[in-house]
Amino acid sequence: MTLSDAHYPDDLLYHDQHDWARLDGDDHAVFGITWYAQDSLGEVVFYDPPEVGATISKDSSYAEVESVKAVSDVIAPMSGEIVEINDALEDIPEKINEDPYGEGWLVKVKLTQPEERGALLGAEEYRKMLEKA
Amino acid sequence: VADAALRRTPLYEQHAELGAKLVPFAGWEMPVTYEGIREEHAAVRTHAGMFDVSHMGEVEVEGPGALAFLQRVLSNDVATIGLGGAQYSCLCGEEGGVLDDLFTYRLGGDRYLIVTNSANHEADLAWLGRWSRGFDVAVRDVADRYAMLAVQGPHARDILARALGIELPPRMRVARSRIGARPALVCGTGYTGEDGVELLIDPEVAPPIWAELLDAGIVPCGLGARDTLRLEVCFHLHGNDLTPDRTPIEAGLGWCCKEATGFIGAEAIARARREGTAEKLVPFKIEGAGIPREGNPVLAADEPAGAVTSGTFSPSLELGIGMAYVRADLAEPGTEIEIDVRGKLRPGRVASKPLYRKG
Repeated sequence: MTLSDAHYPDDLLYHDQHDWARLDGDDHAVFGITWYAQDSLGEVVFYDPPEVGATISKDSSYAEVESVKAVSDVIAPMSGEIVEINDALEDIPEKINEDPYGEGWLVKVKLTQPEERGALLGAEEYRKMLEKA
Repeated sequence: VADAALRRTPLYEQHAELGAKLVPFAGWEMPVTYEGIREEHAAVRTHAGMFDVSHMGEVEVEGPGALAFLQRVLSNDVATIGLGGAQYSCLCGEEGGVLDDLFTYRLGGDRYLIVTNSANHEADLAWLGRWSRGFDVAVRDVADRYAMLAVQGPHARDILARALGIELPPRMRVARSRIGARPALVCGTGYTGEDGVELLIDPEVAPPIWAELLDAGIVPCGLGARDTLRLEVCFHLHGNDLTPDRTPIEAGLGWCCKEATGFIGAEAIARARREGTAEKLVPFKIEGAGIPREGNPVLAADEPAGAVTSGTFSPSLELGIGMAYVRADLAEPGTEIEIDVRGKLRPGRVASKPLYRKG
């Protein structure tokens, strides 16, 4: 497995629990976990997604990702309803390691409170937070 | 954040240089993985891997009363260990509970070396010291004298023998050798289910030996792979699968208990063997998705039936595996169970040992 170096794209919004959101229009977004999160966890061997239609709340767990050694809750960066899950991860969960912002996306969400974006971090703020940790 | 109280092995710098992920383990700062648990696991199953297990403890027992003393404290029949032999056994409390599980190597006529689990080393020493009264024997803590490397895998012996220019003992034997101009013990033992050896070496020569084996193509492996490898072949981990509250009988270790020797705990163990136990430790596989973890409840026919003591994702089988103490009537291989993995019931089945077999 070849892992990329740490990177945090500028076009994403970040939650301090190491999750990202890519806004799509005013009321949709794609969520995933950050490079830092996948690196801390190690090789992901299992992704336990929510159901399509499930309601999720900002700052609460909506899914689990597991490595050989550990399990981690995935925290919702914003509130909404699940409209799609990344089915490909059932067979190749390691995409979360290899491409955390691309093919390793976790869910697509219809946002119920789009204004929550204001509470998220920009890439630069998130990087600074990691440096301090 | 580095914890100042954590101990470091003589190979700490090497681990850091290789970019290992270091974690606290039994009071030590140990590498859990270097390049990834799955890769390291595969290296041991198909090639050769090495583990720094210098956190393990060593106790030397020497004197005219050594055999009689060890016969009293260890569950196996120590009299059957020939010169240069090795033996697995349990250290049991008076009620038959497992205080530790250990390998004993016979280095000389009246001289034995015991390798302890690091978390139990101090307690084992105190226990051995206490019970040695009345025996003509010296019990010495020699943990600081040894670094320990486990070199495991189908090609481990070949590569190691060539790289270090030494002869290796067969399985379950120990040989005195010299490595790096220092005395060393080479043991034909391991914790992975693969062939290989464990080296007990002078801490000062551990870094050059590590470097030499690395150059020879042996893959550095961390405690993460050590755990997945041992669980696939159902080797017990003390503190999880073995505890002072359980006898070796319910843990499936009756084979290393020879009650006729009159060891401490033998009466309770004989009773457990005769009368049976309410629960038994069983290996199991998850059928479908889900990875069992320590502490997950086990259910059978919707009723509570036990708890998982070790659980992980098996890199060889690519599914969730584990060991659990379950009601004795559920211990038969093939029995359907369910594991409550954080609120989700995952179907599984009791399996036979080992969970993974080569070929």
